[in-house]
Amino acid sequence: MNWRTSIVVVGVVALLGFLVWGLVKKGDSGLAVGEPVPVATLPTLPEGGEGSIEDYRGKWVLLNVWASWCEPCKAESPALDRFEEKNRDRISVVGLDTKDLSEDALAFLREFRIEYPQLRDASGDYTDGELKTTGVPESFLIDPEGNLVAHFPGPFKDEAAIEAFAAPALEAATGTGKEASS
Amino acid sequence: MRRVGLALLVVLTLFGSGLAGTGPASAAEPQASLPQLEDEVMCPVCGTLLGLSHSPAAERQRVFIRKLIAEGKDDEEIKDALVAEYGGQVLALPENRGIDVWAYAVPVIGLVLGLIGVLAAIIVWRRRRPERGSEEPVAAPSAAEEDRLDKDMARFDL
Repeated sequence: MNWRTSIVVVGVVALLGFLVWGLVKKGDSGLAVGEPVPVATLPTLPEGGEGSIEDYRGKWVLLNVWASWCEPCKAESPALDRFEEKNRDRISVVGLDTKDLSEDALAFLREFRIEYPQLRDASGDYTDGELKTTGVPESFLIDPEGNLVAHFPGPFKDEAAIEAFAAPALEAATGTGKEASS
Repeated sequence: MRRVGLALLVVLTLFGSGLAGTGPASAAEPQASLPQLEDEVMCPVCGTLLGLSHSPAAERQRVFIRKLIAEGKDDEEIKDALVAEYGGQVLALPENRGIDVWAYAVPVIGLVLGLIGVLAAIIVWRRRRPERGSEEPVAAPSAAEEDRLDKDMARFDL
C-alpha cells in the first residue's frame, strides 16, 4: 500500500469514526436514571427571587417543566395541582417554566391557581442543555440525594398517572411513616 | 479641475446619504415593524427565525412585539425587551457591542490579513524573479562537445 492509498484509507476511517461518534452522542442524549440531576440557580416566579432544585436536597422532588403556550401543560395542570395538595408532606412539586414570556407564565399560574414553587429558565439553557428535555411538558422524579429516579416526557393524563410516576417517593414516605410509628 | 471637484462632491453626497441610512435611529426613521423584527429575532422554541415559525410560542412572541410597537417602542427597545425575556439567543444577529463585536470584526480582520498576505507574496515573488538580461551567460561548448554534436547531427542527416 503506497502512501497516497494510506492517506485515503485514514481519511475514510476518520470520517466514519466521526459519523458513528455523532450517532452515539445523539442516541445518548437523555439524563440517565441514578445519575445526579444537574443543578442551576434560576429566577423564581413571581420574579424577585432565586432558587434551585438543590434547595430541596433531603426531600423527594417532582420537577415539572412547562410553558404557558403549551396546551398539554394546561391539560395536566389541574391534576398536578391536586396531586401536590394531597402529597405535599411527602414530595415537593416544583414547576420549571421555560422559553416563556414572564407575563404569560404569571397569567398561567393565576389561571390554574398554582401555588407550589416555580423556577424560570427563560432561555431554555438549563432545560435543554442540562436536563436535556426534548419538549414540554416533561417531569423528573428526584430522590433526596439529588439523583434521577424517573423521567416522564409528555403530559400526565390524570392524577393516577402522576401517583404511579411518583410511587417511589410516596412509598418511601409511607415506609418511613411505618418505621416511625412501629 | 472643476469636473473632478463636481464628481467628488456627488460621490461624497451619495456616500454620506448611504451612511446616514445605516446609522442609529434618526428623527425620520419609521417606527419598528413586525415584519422587519421577524427577520432579526429567533423563535426560542423552534430555533428558526421568528418569521418562519407559526408555533404557539412564536405567536405569543408576536403578540408581545405588537404590544411594544403599539407602545411606541423602537427596534432596539423591543430587542432589549426580548433579550430580557428570553436571553441573548433570541437575537438572530450578534449585537454590535461588547464581545459580540468580534463576530463582525473577525471576518474584516481576516480579509485584511489575507490581503496583506497576498501583497507580501506578490512582492517576494517579484523580488525573486531575475530581471531580464541579468541571467548568467551560457558557456560556449567545448571543442569535444562541438565535435560530438556534429556527429550526432550527421546521424540524423538523411
